[in-house]
Amino acid sequence: MLELKAIKSGYGETQVLHGLSLDAGRGRVTAILGRNGAGKSTTLKTVMGLLPLKGGEIRFEGSPLTNARPFNIAKRGIAYVPETRDIFPSLSVRENLELAEKRFCGPAARWTMEKVIELFPRLGERMENGGTQLSGGEQQMLAIARALLMNPRLLILDEPTEGLAPIIVKLIHDKLAALRAEGLSMVLVEQNFGFATSLADDVKVISKGQVVWTGSSAEIRADTEAQHRWLGV
Amino acid sequence: MTPALLTAGPLALDASFWVLQGLNALQLSMLLFLLSVGLTVIFGLMHFVNLAHGSLYAMGAYVAASAAGLMGYWAGVLLAPLAVAAFGVLLYWGLIRRMRRSGPMAQVLVTFGLIFVMLDLTRIVWGDLALAAPMPELLSGRLTILGLEYPIYRLVIIVLGGLIYGGLYWVLSRTQIGAMIRAGVDNDAMASCLGINVEQLFFLVFCVGCALAGLAGAVAAPLLSVTPEMGLSILIPTLIVIVIGGLGSLKGAIAGSLIFGFVQTFGAVLAPQLASVLIYALLAAVLVIKPVGLFPARG
Repeated sequence: MLELKAIKSGYGETQVLHGLSLDAGRGRVTAILGRNGAGKSTTLKTVMGLLPLKGGEIRFEGSPLTNARPFNIAKRGIAYVPETRDIFPSLSVRENLELAEKRFCGPAARWTMEKVIELFPRLGERMENGGTQLSGGEQQMLAIARALLMNPRLLILDEPTEGLAPIIVKLIHDKLAALRAEGLSMVLVEQNFGFATSLADDVKVISKGQVVWTGSSAEIRADTEAQHRWLGV
Repeated sequence: MTPALLTAGPLALDASFWVLQGLNALQLSMLLFLLSVGLTVIFGLMHFVNLAHGSLYAMGAYVAASAAGLMGYWAGVLLAPLAVAAFGVLLYWGLIRRMRRSGPMAQVLVTFGLIFVMLDLTRIVWGDLALAAPMPELLSGRLTILGLEYPIYRLVIIVLGGLIYGGLYWVLSRTQIGAMIRAGVDNDAMASCLGINVEQLFFLVFCVGCALAGLAGAVAAPLLSVTPEMGLSILIPTLIVIVIGGLGSLKGAIAGSLIFGFVQTFGAVLAPQLASVLIYALLAAVLVIKPVGLFPARG
């Protein structure tokens, strides 16, 4: 579904990804693991067109995404939940959701305003609140709900559990597991090893801007040497 | 003289003085608002500094004065915003679009250069002499309010500014396109990830900003003599308004304009010897106490 072929990218003069290749399958959850600074977030930002691709190729559903702009990529069917959640502070919860809803909810859409509120009832109680009046957990729910309203073919999430209380992590886990059961394709960047491997079908481990380990969740759970070597678990 | 008159006399004089100067201040504020709102939202949305914004105001005044001479005042007032917006389209495609990623320094230098290009273009087309724009007969009288005579034309400017503020407020806070603009000002990268073509939005806002600058020039023309330098002399007040108000927000533009208008007007009559420094002192105070301005779009 999503194929990265020897991509190079980074911030300004600093190159972070040195010919990284991976693919994420349709209807599967692919977790990207690795230490801080390995290039996990950089990979997602490059896929979204937020960082310039300096080499290699990105293909989505068979056709190239190379050098497309973020709004084109969004329209192709990739929704992005950034590490910083990026809720618009000047917009209410409803307006944050409507930005995606008005653009991506056709009559036959899987996700509508009602459906995402059913998924996250907390948001329904907060509709008229400002984006900044939410707790970290509520912001994460809003970021995921907003991405779902884009009715994406692929959902990419950057560290959805970062900085959240265990009970919220559990909630986010259950919701993502439900999405997985429906067959939504996802790419998940995580520091939380247990969270990631319990959701993912496939695992890619990144170190220094390259993929160094590929396998299934069960395999990485069993491979304590790889865990120790690449993740410091 | 009756005792009643003795006490009421100076008081009445005082009241009318405050009302009169208050209206003058409001009128100046509204003119500055029309100019600063476009500039501040353009800056907020795209971090693009257009120093030639004042030149668009001068252009609006010239177009209005010329069109008024040929076809009457109303034609001028309608034509000026359209002509300046059309010029904005050319400016965008010819210059600004190419400079989007070149950083603030290059943008400031190029748009500063543009001021002088437009200054000379105006001189070539319209000459160096001041142009007088006619005032429409309908609006040239005086109205008595609170026992005070005030020119209708200036009242109309106040009302026009208020209406435009109301209209922009409605668009920004109640419509989908307004939400898109606010999202773009908050975080243009994330807005783009939601499928919003932020560059197209910027183009639209830029054109509306140009049209408002043209409108400001057109309505100011009958009050001032239209000269090539008027664009340059309005630039500094406009920038002060934006810095005091805070970048990128409608609220900041109106608040900054009102503060500038009132400080400038009352400063000139109450403390004429301080008038020219007063606003700069205020600017300095705002920069020290709240460097981001009073109501910045990004809190």
